[in-house]
Amino acid sequence: MDFGVIYRNWDFLIVQGLFGIGNFVGGTLRLAIPAMLLGFILGIFIGLARLARSAWIRVPATVYVEFFRGVPLVMVIFWFWFILPVVLRIPLPEYGIALAAFIFFESAYLGEIIRAGIQSVPRGQIEAAASSGLSSAQTMRHVVLPQALRNMIPALVTQFIVLFKDTSLASIIGYVDLTKAAQIVNNREIRPFELYIFIAAVYWLCTYAMSRYAQYLERRLAPA
Amino acid sequence: MNYRFDWSVLWSGQSGAWLLHGVLTTLAMSALAWLLALFLGILAGALRTAPLAPLRALATGYVEFFRNVPLLVWMFFWYFAAPPLLAENLRDWLFDHGAEFWAGTMALGVYHGARFSEMIRAGIQSIPKTQFEAALSTGLSTGQVYRLVVLPIALRLIIPPLTNESLNLLKNSSVALTIGVAELTFQTRQIETYTAKAFEALTAGTLIYLVLCLTIAAVMARVERRFAIPGMIARVGGAER
Repeated sequence: MDFGVIYRNWDFLIVQGLFGIGNFVGGTLRLAIPAMLLGFILGIFIGLARLARSAWIRVPATVYVEFFRGVPLVMVIFWFWFILPVVLRIPLPEYGIALAAFIFFESAYLGEIIRAGIQSVPRGQIEAAASSGLSSAQTMRHVVLPQALRNMIPALVTQFIVLFKDTSLASIIGYVDLTKAAQIVNNREIRPFELYIFIAAVYWLCTYAMSRYAQYLERRLAPA
Repeated sequence: MNYRFDWSVLWSGQSGAWLLHGVLTTLAMSALAWLLALFLGILAGALRTAPLAPLRALATGYVEFFRNVPLLVWMFFWYFAAPPLLAENLRDWLFDHGAEFWAGTMALGVYHGARFSEMIRAGIQSIPKTQFEAALSTGLSTGQVYRLVVLPIALRLIIPPLTNESLNLLKNSSVALTIGVAELTFQTRQIETYTAKAFEALTAGTLIYLVLCLTIAAVMARVERRFAIPGMIARVGGAER
């Protein structure tokens, strides 16, 4: 046992690997946070499309969600890795590929959370809004979405935890996140036990703190 | 896009054999890991209700630590960090007998065991206490209440989230490609490497996963409908992966 390996490589593992500050474009958080925000925006459209009255909108959205939920994330990352540079005809950095893969993958899951959140708003609210003269778009914007967003906050925090853990898979295309940083240090120092237990502890600390926060939110936002 | 499609790469040469081998490895690893996860899940779930505090703490520690760390980290842990801790002859035997397969199975099984345990616990907790009391007051013994009332309800409530989680396990087995297990994703990559036909290879792998997942989901949906309790809606589990 030599946990000095952590101390010697602290900058690379934590500052570079977790926060993405350093020589490489990388970092677990630098991928997780934008992927969640942009995935959420795309997810709103997916969630609304899943509830659309017209089958022309609803069916493609359902296929989209079922596709991404039925395929392993590793497979999705490979799809973007091989296909995106061919389709766009430009070489893309690992960061762009990983970010795109996560945005599309997460939007399927976030879309389902958003759909469930919208469906959790009581029907009477929508009828009341309609009878007070609001159009259906206004009802969605001023009545349904604000309540739905509040209901889905705990689920969104939980989904962010999942995304945070999943970003470790971006290391398979060479993106330097926390997991890849540990791999790189291990190649030089051959200290697998210390390194993997250490990054496991770092992931655990981050996700445990977030899941406690989700529980707290769930209690606080629970309808009385 | 000047890409020339050539679907024949999927059945020419060794591709077909590779894909078949990949599917079988994926299914074998998932099945073994599923059994391990179910065993650990039930064990941890039971220990969390044990009257001894250290046993409860042990089970809670296992669940909280293993499910909050990425599966990929556990893959590396079981493949690179665990074997050096073993006795030398055991280690040599392991590396002669597909160490990466066993490391992958361990990682999958132990990781999902922690998550199964949470599902099982939530399922049992969602049974109203009054059901138990009502059954007792009709004159059944505690053992009979568990056998005739609690378990039949709990099992039915657990089926939907457990199906979801089992599908996640199947999909997550693809992470084992990082330690060199020749499962489906690994074989898909191999076809791509040998033929440079990424689109065709990835389509084949993706379709196989979709067919596997949709088939299992359809079968389990039938089971669920067959055993559904009218009027009782489960509030178990989330959309977590």
